[in-house]
Amino acid sequence: MDILKNSVGRKLVMAVTGFGMIAFVIAHLLGNTTLYSGPDGINAYAGALHSCGVFLWTFRLTMAVMLSLHVFFGIQLTLENRAARPQAYTVTNYRASTFAGRNMIWTGLLIGVFLLYHLLQFTLQVTDPEIAAVRHPDALGRPDVFTMVALSFRKAAVAAVYVCAMAALGLHLGHSIQSSLQTLGLNSERTFPAITKGGIIAAILIALGFVSFPLVIYAGLLR
Amino acid sequence: MDLTLYVWRQSGPASAGRLEEYRAKDITSDMSFLEMLDVVNAELVRAGREPIAFDHDCREGICGMCSQVINGVPHGSREKTTVCQLHMRRFRDGDTIYIEPWRAKAFPVIKDLIVDRSSLDRIMQSGGYVSAHTGGVPDGNAILIPRDDAETAMDAAECIGCGACVAACPNGSAMLFAAAKVAHLAKLPQGRAEAARRVCVMTEAMLKEGFGNCGNHYECQAACPKGIKVKFIAQLNREYIKAHLKDGRDT
Amino acid sequence: MILDGKCPSGPIAGKWEKHRHEMKLVSPANKRKYRIIVVGTGLAGSSAAATLGELGYNVEAFCYQDSARRAHSIAAQGGINAARNYPNDGDSVYRLFHDTVKGGDFRSREANVYRLAEVSGNIIDQCVAQGVPFARDYAGYLDNRSFGGALVSRTFYARGQTGQQLLLGAYSALSRQARAGNVRLYPRTEMLDLVVIGGEAKGITVRDMVTGKIRCHAADAVCLCTGGYTNVFYLSTNAMGGNVTAAYRAYKRGAFFANPCYTQIHPTCIPATGDHQAKLTLMSESLRNDGRVWAPKIRGDRRPPQEIPEEERDYYLERKYPSFGNLAPRDISSRAAKEVCDDGHGVGPGGRGVYLDFAGAIERLGEDTIRQRYGNLFEMYERITDENAYKQPMRIYPAPHYAMGGLWVDYNLQSSIPGLFVLGEANFSDHGANRLGASALMQGLADGYFIIPCTIAHYLAQTRPDAVSAGHPEFVRSVEETETSIKRLLSINGRKTVNEFHRELGSIMWEHVGMTRSRESLENALRRIPELRAEFRENVRVPGREEDLNQELEKAGRVADFLEFAELLARDALYRDESCGSHFRVEHQTEDGEAVRDDANFCHVAAWQFRGADKEPELHTEPLAFENVRLAVRSYK
Repeated sequence: MDILKNSVGRKLVMAVTGFGMIAFVIAHLLGNTTLYSGPDGINAYAGALHSCGVFLWTFRLTMAVMLSLHVFFGIQLTLENRAARPQAYTVTNYRASTFAGRNMIWTGLLIGVFLLYHLLQFTLQVTDPEIAAVRHPDALGRPDVFTMVALSFRKAAVAAVYVCAMAALGLHLGHSIQSSLQTLGLNSERTFPAITKGGIIAAILIALGFVSFPLVIYAGLLR
Repeated sequence: MDLTLYVWRQSGPASAGRLEEYRAKDITSDMSFLEMLDVVNAELVRAGREPIAFDHDCREGICGMCSQVINGVPHGSREKTTVCQLHMRRFRDGDTIYIEPWRAKAFPVIKDLIVDRSSLDRIMQSGGYVSAHTGGVPDGNAILIPRDDAETAMDAAECIGCGACVAACPNGSAMLFAAAKVAHLAKLPQGRAEAARRVCVMTEAMLKEGFGNCGNHYECQAACPKGIKVKFIAQLNREYIKAHLKDGRDT
Repeated sequence: MILDGKCPSGPIAGKWEKHRHEMKLVSPANKRKYRIIVVGTGLAGSSAAATLGELGYNVEAFCYQDSARRAHSIAAQGGINAARNYPNDGDSVYRLFHDTVKGGDFRSREANVYRLAEVSGNIIDQCVAQGVPFARDYAGYLDNRSFGGALVSRTFYARGQTGQQLLLGAYSALSRQARAGNVRLYPRTEMLDLVVIGGEAKGITVRDMVTGKIRCHAADAVCLCTGGYTNVFYLSTNAMGGNVTAAYRAYKRGAFFANPCYTQIHPTCIPATGDHQAKLTLMSESLRNDGRVWAPKIRGDRRPPQEIPEEERDYYLERKYPSFGNLAPRDISSRAAKEVCDDGHGVGPGGRGVYLDFAGAIERLGEDTIRQRYGNLFEMYERITDENAYKQPMRIYPAPHYAMGGLWVDYNLQSSIPGLFVLGEANFSDHGANRLGASALMQGLADGYFIIPCTIAHYLAQTRPDAVSAGHPEFVRSVEETETSIKRLLSINGRKTVNEFHRELGSIMWEHVGMTRSRESLENALRRIPELRAEFRENVRVPGREEDLNQELEKAGRVADFLEFAELLARDALYRDESCGSHFRVEHQTEDGEAVRDDANFCHVAAWQFRGADKEPELHTEPLAFENVRLAVRSYK
């Protein structure tokens, strides 16, 4: 497919997969808010998800493909970009770009590493077997996700990892929402300021939403 | 006023370059930046040293020949201004000024501040035109073009091809340059017929020349001496999508 | 020798059509066997190279800039004329022809000018087809504006960047041909010699400005599209690299140089601020559509312009030329400005400036309309002068701008050397003693798109293709001579920079051979130029090496040619003992300072033939016949 060799074509892939994952992240965030209704909320939610079976796996597979494409092209494009500017300026003076925009590869990689940890921790549940939800059902026989999460986030180190990772996610999304809209051509001089601002606000809200879980639990406000 | 300059000196494409220090003395605020360099160069010649090589020609901001990064900003800090139109009244006595060439893989340094921008020409050659034959064209008024379309096309067509967008881009991308031409011609009925092909071949040529990919940082827009807007990049992207949706063609 | 312009016979309106029919053609299959060299990639060069390439010839195009798109045509602001009569204000091919002949003060060749007016409309169509975004009205029709020297609106424009847009159009056509392999581009390459073999132009010798290498290119015909020589004045509106070298070296190889004294001084430029000034910036003449030119009535009035009451302002153009007023032709406006400044009424640094005032227009039309029309010019003015022209009048002063003179060509644009064609500003043919605004772009594109493709075929059809190779002894000799002269420049190692010489030459030319000339001033110049040239040959310092990118060496070669050419220009000005158009001899003027022509003795083209270094050139003339426009006193009152 020649479109995948073209610069714009690959950026379109980045934008589309990025949007797919943003949609997932938002759904994930909304799902996670069930945590606030206590064990009954999130455990029921997790149980419901697991009963989806084929659906769940199709979804997981889709996400995996999107992620792989996003990571692969992200790295490839970045390497090309680095090669396109072999010698740096002695004095740099950025006037329009942002810290978030220039560090997409780093926040992206950070999120990737975090994702691995997050999957091992809460999906495969191999990091802390003593609290693994699948092996410790709640009173109704459902995996006790609530306890697993609550016990995990009471550890300062774990909470800190989550906060940092969500900061990275916030930065990543802060650039990527307006960037993908621009790449998809869904931008004009008129919508430009609103899209940029809206993108940043959405990114901050998403990051804050996620950060709220470890913070609230670590602070002991949710038991 | 007296200034301290750090200027990139490089004797040839293959040699290593470095910043060298120079003093610019008795500079007046009415001088243009390049006239200031003329003064420095005259001193160098009199002292038997080689003057600083830099590209310049029209000195009225339209030919696009001048190309210097001044204190980290292509064409210097004044908005919508080429180096040749930058005046010394923008500087203060005792200032230190760093002058570097455009830096990009696709713009190899030829000497000192002079770079080779033929890659931009090759992007244009790939498809930055309307395939109109000389003669045998209809009357200029045969196809009416709404004023707004003509004006938007003109906004994009103002590009002087200086390459400041590439110099400013953290990714060394020529997206604004290509977008300006794609948008200019796509906006006009005369250019519409080839719009799909044009956007595909021009973006392909860009990659082949070693330019980076657009990261939507918009440094290009900030650096452009003609104020070309990044909305044209969005339009290039739209044209690209349209080109592929329309007939499912591959580039 | 009496030169023959080879104009076709018959009524003027049918000459070009008839001639096109009579000229020989080259068969499509044979075209690729012919190699054509095009030097310069401005409007004339780019359009010629693109069109010839498209026709199937093997074209090589050269320019000294780093890209063909940067040639100085790009800087033309105002517009391009065409006899389309879209506004229905009475324009016609004949009127454009008439205006141009009259504007040129009856010193141009009628047949050429008529042809120019005839093809002017095709140029607009061609440019529109290429995607040139001309200004349009709300209904989508092409818009027109009026320009100096005309009473009709026939100027097409693209904001204040018409030259840029037209050149980019031609450049895009050229790029297309480069892609197709029909045109090979040689940027950063400077022509240093013309090679003539058996009396015909067969190639050029060039210097690769990056490596410093001297090489030859053989061809079956050479087109010089190298622009004008106004940088002989040092300060001018031309690009820094603009030079006479290609044309002058062709002259040295036998091409006649016609009317070098016709140099146009543009009335609306930004005044110089000091010795450091490297060039002057032009403000489009279109500004005079809405701006009113004035100077204080009181000599040496130093009050800010806003404080000078209406009755103490002298709107001298409106006073002297009531019918054309601020739109009087360039030569007249320039001279009028110089007069008021010489008389002590000038404003700004050194009293070398007059006001161009938009207060009235802003009051009448609103600032927005003015911004829309001239926004980019006002911005440019502000950038250079740090003054806001919406709030206070602009200061303007005349500056050397355009060369009407150039290499002599016949109706086919062929010079006195067969096979050497000269297009655009580099030739002398269409503008007479003064060019009207918005006519330069028209001529460049007419020559390149529509005229040369026909006339060059006529020549090539009578030539055997590929007759000589670059190994021919004449090429070898040319390379040796070029290398020797470069080595000589580098070995002088004197004490003055090239620029110092150029500046001195410029001041001699501006003072003595500038806007007004007299026998005395010209004789003075003819004494001082050879002195300066001699000093240059002993005392110039050109640093650096030959085989390297060496900008001082490039400049030195150009200034060396200017130092010789300046003398030719002054000599021509001295010879032309009359006032006509831009050539104003103080001995020949009416009581109120208008130019007085001498049609009995000077109704001809003066073409000069090189006779050897430091020898007087030989004069040839081509009589000018005016069969369609009555030879009359040019009046803009």
